[in-house]
Amino acid sequence: MSSSATAETYNYKVVRQFTIMTVVWGIVGMAVGVLIAAQLVWPELNFGVPWLTYSRLRPLHTNAVIFAFGGSALFATSYYVVQRTCQVRLFSDKLAAFTFWGWQAVIVGAAITLPLGITTSKEYAELEWPLDILITVVWVAYAIVFFGTILKRRTPHIYVANWFYGAFILTVALLHVVNSAAVPVSWFKSYSVYSGAIDAMVQWWYGHNAVGFFLTAGFLGMMYYFVPKQAGRPVYSYRLSVVHFWALISLYMWAGPHHLHYTALPDWAQTLGMIFSLMLIAPSWGGMINGIMTLSGAWHKLRTDPIIRFLIVSLSFYGMSTFEGPMMSIKTVNALSHYTDWTIGHVHSGALGWVGLVTIGSVYVLLPRLFGREQMHSIKAIEAHFWLATIGIVLYIASMWIAGVMQGLMWRAVNDDGTLTYSFVESLKAMYPYYTVRFLGGVLYLTGMLIMAWNVWKTVSGARPAEAPVPQAA
Amino acid sequence: MSDWLSWYITILTLGNIAACWWLIRWTSKARPGEAAVGETTGHVWDEDLKEYNNPLPRWWLGLFYATIVFSLVYLLLYPGLGKWKGLLGWTSVGQYEEELREAEAKYGPIFQRYAKMTPAALAADEKAMASGRRLFMTYCAVCHGSDARGGPGFPDLTDDDWLWGGDFEAIRKSILDGRQAMMPAWGKTLGERGVEEVTAYVLSLSGRSADPALVEAGRAKFRTYCAACHGPEGKGNPLMGAPNLTDGVWLYGGSPEAIKETIRDGRKGRMPAHRALLGEEKAHLLAAYVWSLSRRGEAAR
Repeated sequence: MSSSATAETYNYKVVRQFTIMTVVWGIVGMAVGVLIAAQLVWPELNFGVPWLTYSRLRPLHTNAVIFAFGGSALFATSYYVVQRTCQVRLFSDKLAAFTFWGWQAVIVGAAITLPLGITTSKEYAELEWPLDILITVVWVAYAIVFFGTILKRRTPHIYVANWFYGAFILTVALLHVVNSAAVPVSWFKSYSVYSGAIDAMVQWWYGHNAVGFFLTAGFLGMMYYFVPKQAGRPVYSYRLSVVHFWALISLYMWAGPHHLHYTALPDWAQTLGMIFSLMLIAPSWGGMINGIMTLSGAWHKLRTDPIIRFLIVSLSFYGMSTFEGPMMSIKTVNALSHYTDWTIGHVHSGALGWVGLVTIGSVYVLLPRLFGREQMHSIKAIEAHFWLATIGIVLYIASMWIAGVMQGLMWRAVNDDGTLTYSFVESLKAMYPYYTVRFLGGVLYLTGMLIMAWNVWKTVSGARPAEAPVPQAA
Repeated sequence: MSDWLSWYITILTLGNIAACWWLIRWTSKARPGEAAVGETTGHVWDEDLKEYNNPLPRWWLGLFYATIVFSLVYLLLYPGLGKWKGLLGWTSVGQYEEELREAEAKYGPIFQRYAKMTPAALAADEKAMASGRRLFMTYCAVCHGSDARGGPGFPDLTDDDWLWGGDFEAIRKSILDGRQAMMPAWGKTLGERGVEEVTAYVLSLSGRSADPALVEAGRAKFRTYCAACHGPEGKGNPLMGAPNLTDGVWLYGGSPEAIKETIRDGRKGRMPAHRALLGEEKAHLLAAYVWSLSRRGEAAR
């Protein structure tokens, strides 16, 4: 700091902290995922210890990869992007530091309480009320830092990445507060203020918008900065970004009921969930087109730059899962796919393919800049990471497609007398080979992350934290 | 649903769709002053971030319009806009009932025919037993196991040891209406010493060795606390599902530790009722199948 006492610099410290923790939590979360995938093949791996059972580790896995890995990545990149595109230092260093330590405290709290079996049992919102309150406080601070920075910007226009980050921050605040509303009965137990079908609807309004705003809008913000930056090309179409932004955020709000097809939820709500999911194909693909077409005129970079490959393949997986999702929301398709491993495969093509790859690519762009290096220590290692990750994803989602469709077909097969052809255990037994392949896919993906950790270590060690001055001319 | 809510849903739904329609129509035409194809908008962020203003791809626009048209037609045909029932009159409950009716018409006669046969005749009919076995796999195997040999807390159905009676009628009743067994917790009444004494006596009932002093002390306590249900000789009572303690068959485990736990903390056994799931006719066939299992076991012995 002393060397640049006169010139204003960007706050890279909080970005560095969140970037490093992105890699750390990614490895932790994915390692837990690999363990529970192994438990589905070899149940002995819970060792008879309650807090190592699948039921408690599964929410730990989802919370760790979504909120610890994904969340840290969103904090890191949004703080970096909003400063650089607004040409101004973060609104408040102290509040930014508070969001870092507060968010880490939430993650540690989750890592302790979930294995102990302390849970609200709401999917992706399992944390009990004291942690929920901490999340709310951190999130308000995050919003103040982000929007405060936007307000004092030196650039006349707000860059498209910031629209998406902004929508993500505002909506997640709304989703979290409404869905987590509960009556506490002790420090570790509360009851939802909603009941029955309404509770289920609120839960999946939250659940699907966590996908739509946390895992989609936020990461589109990341994409809109790092793809054109790394490609060195202008964004393909401003007009397309306007259309798909507004269409995406308005239509996503309705999609939740498609998680509750053929349940006690009223028919009208199920219908709306389905048609709004279908109308989401085009707005979702708008982001994919804008990202991939940004590379037009520089396609050769796909051959030479493994980071670009991470970013572009992530967009391909984004396009694939945002087509698959609407298809699965069609009631007749859902009648087959619901409750099967197809859903797990779909989620992971989005999570490993889109969220994972775009984050990894962005970290590879970001990290050297934060530590004053030209580039990552080893480009070969990035190359190896890319192939391990891609093959891992393909093994994962292909095995889950087969497993899911097979389950759906086995469960509905009937004999001449109308009795079920297969008992549940038989459908479970048929899953062994696919669960093994899924486990292998997870191992490959995790191995890639470990190579990344080594590469990050080599890049960072011996490096001095970079200080970037804010250009004064607007 | 109130009128207010119905209008609220309808206006919000159609409003959002109309807004999307307007948005893509408005942005698909170039306006004066806009950057032309191949030019950037003129804004620059972070040194080199720029934007082209390419037109919306036509195939993409077509896709968006197509999903909107599909959705509007769907909203016309199916319930979605508040109270609007849809032109097809479809409901999920209606579809469920229709499918049930079709299944009943197709498969009902098979089970009606079986319902008229005696258990012995059914046990001798291979096809009937195959159907019975498949029903067992769907409804019973989760607790009683694929081989019907049960597990801790879930009775073995292949031996001839029955908690609630093993004749056809008793089995049929167990399936249709379920059973509720209740072993109270005696830990507080007996104390840990008392629990050990009664355990020793219970072990002696099936001819297993135990400390004679404990057995003697346990005998008196058994008469006071246990005999009411398990009988003075510990032979059990099928009227309340109290197990026979002399035959060496243990529902919750026969180790001294497991028996102690049973006496100290009690047990609750619940066989759920299947009348609503199966109906009388299928229950008749299933009961015959379960009945045949122990008879087969007996024949083998």
